[in-house]
Amino acid sequence: MVSLNSYLMLGAVLFSIGAVGVFTQRNALIIYMCIELMLNAVNLTIIAFARFLNSMDGHVFVFMIMTVAAAEAAVGLAIIISLFRNKATVNVDEINLSKG
Amino acid sequence: MNEYISVLIMLFLAAATAAGMIVATSLIGPKIEFADKMEPFECGESQIVSSKRRFSVKFYLVALFFVIFDIEAVFVYPWAVLFKDLGWFGFVEMMIFIAILTIGLIYVWRRGALEWE
Amino acid sequence: MEQVMSSINLSAIAPELILVVCSLLILLIQSFAPIRLKGWYGYVSLIGVVGAVAVVLTQPQSFELRAIEYSFNGMWVVDNYCRFFKLIFLLGTGLTILISIKYLDNEAMQHGEYYALIIFATLGMMIMSSGAELITIFLGVELMSISLYVLAGYTRNRMISNEAALKYFLLGSFATCFLLYGIALIYGSTGTTSIPAIAKFIAGAGFGGPTIVMGMALLVIGFGFKTASVPFHMWAPDVYEGAPAPVTAFMSAGPKAAAFAAFARIFMEALPSLQTNWTMLIWVMAVLTMSVGNVIALVQENIKRMLAYSSIAHAGYVLVAFLSAGERGISSILYYMLAYTCMNIGAFAVITVLAGKGEQRVRIADFRGLGYRHPIAALAMTLFLFSLAGIPPTGGFMGKFYIFSAAIKEGFVGLAIIGVINSVVSVYYYLRVTVAMYMQAPDTAAEKEIPVTVFSPALVIAIFISAYGVLSLGLFPSTYLAMVKLSFLTLL
Repeated sequence: MVSLNSYLMLGAVLFSIGAVGVFTQRNALIIYMCIELMLNAVNLTIIAFARFLNSMDGHVFVFMIMTVAAAEAAVGLAIIISLFRNKATVNVDEINLSKG
Repeated sequence: MNEYISVLIMLFLAAATAAGMIVATSLIGPKIEFADKMEPFECGESQIVSSKRRFSVKFYLVALFFVIFDIEAVFVYPWAVLFKDLGWFGFVEMMIFIAILTIGLIYVWRRGALEWE
Repeated sequence: MEQVMSSINLSAIAPELILVVCSLLILLIQSFAPIRLKGWYGYVSLIGVVGAVAVVLTQPQSFELRAIEYSFNGMWVVDNYCRFFKLIFLLGTGLTILISIKYLDNEAMQHGEYYALIIFATLGMMIMSSGAELITIFLGVELMSISLYVLAGYTRNRMISNEAALKYFLLGSFATCFLLYGIALIYGSTGTTSIPAIAKFIAGAGFGGPTIVMGMALLVIGFGFKTASVPFHMWAPDVYEGAPAPVTAFMSAGPKAAAFAAFARIFMEALPSLQTNWTMLIWVMAVLTMSVGNVIALVQENIKRMLAYSSIAHAGYVLVAFLSAGERGISSILYYMLAYTCMNIGAFAVITVLAGKGEQRVRIADFRGLGYRHPIAALAMTLFLFSLAGIPPTGGFMGKFYIFSAAIKEGFVGLAIIGVINSVVSVYYYLRVTVAMYMQAPDTAAEKEIPVTVFSPALVIAIFISAYGVLSLGLFPSTYLAMVKLSFLTLL
């Protein structure tokens, strides 16, 4: 049986990869993918905890998080599309109207 | 054997629904033949184009709606598993949930987001 | 205090139900009603907000009883603490709707979705303040944030608004991940997400172990983003500048209060045993938030951006109150958030009046000579700016007074001194606008003729209510203090 720690380590590693990606990537879509990776790392962590605590709660939480993530994805993609329509770019370095 | 009866009924209903839909479309649907429609794989897009071509943004829109309405199924599965334990209370609650989703669908439809053109 | 435990209790979520019905109704009207009815969406949403206020005031007993009522298997709590916050959110929402009606007409963007989203965001805030369980709070945070992402990009033809939406969305969902990871770690180490159960577990175990401290730190990051505290504030200025002015007014008040409501509930109720761990962390955050916000605000030329940095600084003052914890700390958070909602939305209401179509006039220079052209608007703006700066006899002054006296009584003398110095610094940039309004003449003839473009009875009412709130909070604090005193106790 795989130990709880392995799952938690995997979750932490995925979360860190996502977090680093948010800072290093320049394409808004890829940044969002990194955020999704972080969310799924959290899901993995919660599922692992739920499995080892023998509690069903965690499984339900993951459902909730998945739905919320889907709603967020829909809104996020819509925002990216509307920006792209106006500006024809999704590179965050070129998105710089407000500076101060 | 008895416990498989329900599975058989379910299989039958599924097959009947699918067959019914095919028959209904061939009976009721308009039959206009033109070149695009006669292509082997009909999906609203030309089949042989450059792979680096940009997709129409409308596909995004449909995908967004699909994601939103599809993901709600995640709540229906646990409900279905516990349907008997939850009883009427669970039924009413799920109906309210689906009613709210339906309002969303009505909104999307009336605002014209489902129109392709 | 009596505690009641029950499962399904519709009266406990009655205000929220009213808001849900109201926003769904707006969406349906939008779908079916003829276009000429579009002027009414705002009023329908106002009726919903007023109904929700009425229910919050009467639900379930009177304010004096201080009952805590858990329902939905301990996921939902109704106490005076959350009711006070709900009144703040609904005040902010009501004022925002009053400001928005004419603004949207002017921008030719009068759509039902705007009001539906505002109400959904308010609903999210109310869930945050009433959630007795981490996942419920998380759902509230997300409902609020997702609605705000859309609202920030509402004027979708303006590039700067698009940018604001994108930045808010990316950084907001990034912050959500941290919040969620914190919740996951706390769930893992305590086996529960219920706030009272977590408190019991940590008290029983003495010390929660490194996992729970880690979870706590991640929660601080998540809420730091949502409250726009330094060093997690980068999104705030860009988003506040780019979003439409009424939306900026809305999100600078309610969501900030909601984030503090949930933040305080989790930290005071679930994690009080870890106070030694979070005190240092939040001390540093408070000092940075106050100082960075105020110093950068000094050099801003765009008034929306200046108020964004000022809003960061105000989050810092609230963090000082947060640190003081206990009776005085929490009551001063409640008092300050109420005053802040009045004065900030009031200031943005005046900005909306003057900004004009497409928000062309949002530089501080555009306010030159306003005192002679529009004396009443200038007077109202002066009142709100004085209150933001903490000059008596305004609500902002009394709020700061309570916060710093709480900090001194709880032994954070150094912090109180830094806070007072900061609020002296802040007087400079608030007065700059006042000086521009009364002591400088507009440069060109064109500037002299600037008309008040977005002017309507609703806006005047909004400015009047905010001004009344600011003045009465400053002149008759005892009325509000009595209410605050009934509100914080349920948390301790």
